[in-house]
Amino acid sequence: MDLLRIGCAAGFSGDRTDAAIGVVDALVAAGGPSFLIFETLAERTLALAQLARRKDPEGGYEPLLVDMLRPVLARCLRHGIRIVSNFGAANPEGAARRIRKLALELGMPAPVIAVIKGDDVSGPEYRTALDAALSTVLDHRTIVSANAYIGAEAVAQALTAGAQIVVGGRLADPSLTVGPAMAHFGWRADDWERIGRATMVGHLLECGAQVSGGYYADPGVKDIPGMARLGYPIAEVTEDGTAIITKPAGSGGRVDAHTVKEQLLYEIHDPCAYMTPDVVADIGDAEVQELAPDRVRLVGVRGHCRPDDLKVNVCFESGWQAEGEISYSGPRADGRARLAAETIRERMAGAGRLRIDLIGNCSVFGDDDGVLLESTGARASGDVRMRVALRNDDRAEAERLEREVLALYCCGPAGGGGVRTALRPTLGTRSCLLPRALVPTSFTLLD
Amino acid sequence: MTTRTVPLWRIAHGRSGDKGNRSNISVIAWEPEFWPLIVEQVDEAAVLRLFAFRHPTRVTRYLLPKLAAANFVIDDVLDGGVNDSLNLDSHGKSLSFLLLDLPVQVPTELAALLRGPEASITPKETT
Repeated sequence: MDLLRIGCAAGFSGDRTDAAIGVVDALVAAGGPSFLIFETLAERTLALAQLARRKDPEGGYEPLLVDMLRPVLARCLRHGIRIVSNFGAANPEGAARRIRKLALELGMPAPVIAVIKGDDVSGPEYRTALDAALSTVLDHRTIVSANAYIGAEAVAQALTAGAQIVVGGRLADPSLTVGPAMAHFGWRADDWERIGRATMVGHLLECGAQVSGGYYADPGVKDIPGMARLGYPIAEVTEDGTAIITKPAGSGGRVDAHTVKEQLLYEIHDPCAYMTPDVVADIGDAEVQELAPDRVRLVGVRGHCRPDDLKVNVCFESGWQAEGEISYSGPRADGRARLAAETIRERMAGAGRLRIDLIGNCSVFGDDDGVLLESTGARASGDVRMRVALRNDDRAEAERLEREVLALYCCGPAGGGGVRTALRPTLGTRSCLLPRALVPTSFTLLD
Repeated sequence: MTTRTVPLWRIAHGRSGDKGNRSNISVIAWEPEFWPLIVEQVDEAAVLRLFAFRHPTRVTRYLLPKLAAANFVIDDVLDGGVNDSLNLDSHGKSLSFLLLDLPVQVPTELAALLRGPEASITPKETT
């Protein structure tokens, strides 16, 4: 049986950089055709990458690129394990040059690296279309990044042309899996059923360990062994696009029906219409089958004709966010923390909406208006950290919040300690659709 | 039929995700026997009530009987979403556990199938 193995070694920018080692070990041991993918982009990552590229024209790709690849690049090249990733972020060509340099540093011949183009729609030629799609939201704001989610076709073409490594920017997460499967099995781009199935396989892989026991454990209820050495997932894909999800033998974590179901539904809206650039995937009749320990098959996925439009994420500068925290502990800690919050509110009157949290009593469940906090009673004793956050277009106002929290040391309630403050520029994000025809994609091989 | 009240996490597990100002939370039955209870009791109105203090504009429930799972899509519940919210958890990653604490009625004959320690520390549980 023609089996294609696809291992995933990153689910976001900032994932464990040693994740690929165990996956590559398993792919080498299994033999046969295989790919290694890294998914490193989220809604904000590309904007941060654009800002990095402004500072350094050679930068703007995944900051951990070399850390992720150095442990495995030479082995992948030696064993014919091809690499596909969106870690090019805002500068896929720069990433490709850095990878070639890394290969040479490791004593390997320069690999054939393909760069995927077409996702970046931040140029002036797109501004009219984006303004029309986002109307009042952009309102002359400075766009930091605008990227279309692009699909697997250019990836498959690059692989067919002989690329050993494919580097893209805003390639849609599941397309990192669909591209290799299309190229390997020779599927047509309109083979909706197969591409739908492979898309959901890609969806299971795209968050790395989130399908193999990561982001799952709840002691006493959902126990997972070996959290400190989680095995990242490997899909064994067959010609019909279905796959078995597994992980390296001896690694930590677990793959069972429940870990797979949690990831299958992760960030899904209508399960019968999961839209990607490649297909509209449909898990309305999908089933998961436990075949053996750490081996789960996904079946019953369908696919429908891909959307005419591509989703575009636009990031723009949106001001400053300031935060400050201070802790109160022991008798009446809650009351002292609330008094600190009231004091800050009065001092910051007119500076815009403040968010107040009492960490240790009520923080993340509450909304920014503090409705839940107001209805949450004080406790006689406790350990509470008051947090206050503010967003303002004016940096000076945001900085004032930091100073006011610091001033609680001498002017606030009794026994406050451990002040920390932080200030950062913020990015707004909005999504819109652009007609596919406006966003042609292609690949080039690095000279 | 006698029933007992338990938090949802004793019959289901789930994960939340975000896209913009919209959260989705899966509710996956631990056992097939629990699936009808989820369908019957964890409906759109119950979830809307639970999240009312965060002002959602709409809750849509999608049922996946072959997975014994429901997917809840909750609109406008993230204070603008990851880039606009002042919440420490601007993604709403923790919200699955708000939903998983929803009280549900379970027939006593299914008690042996309940997940988690019997001496639960959650104060909402009563027999």
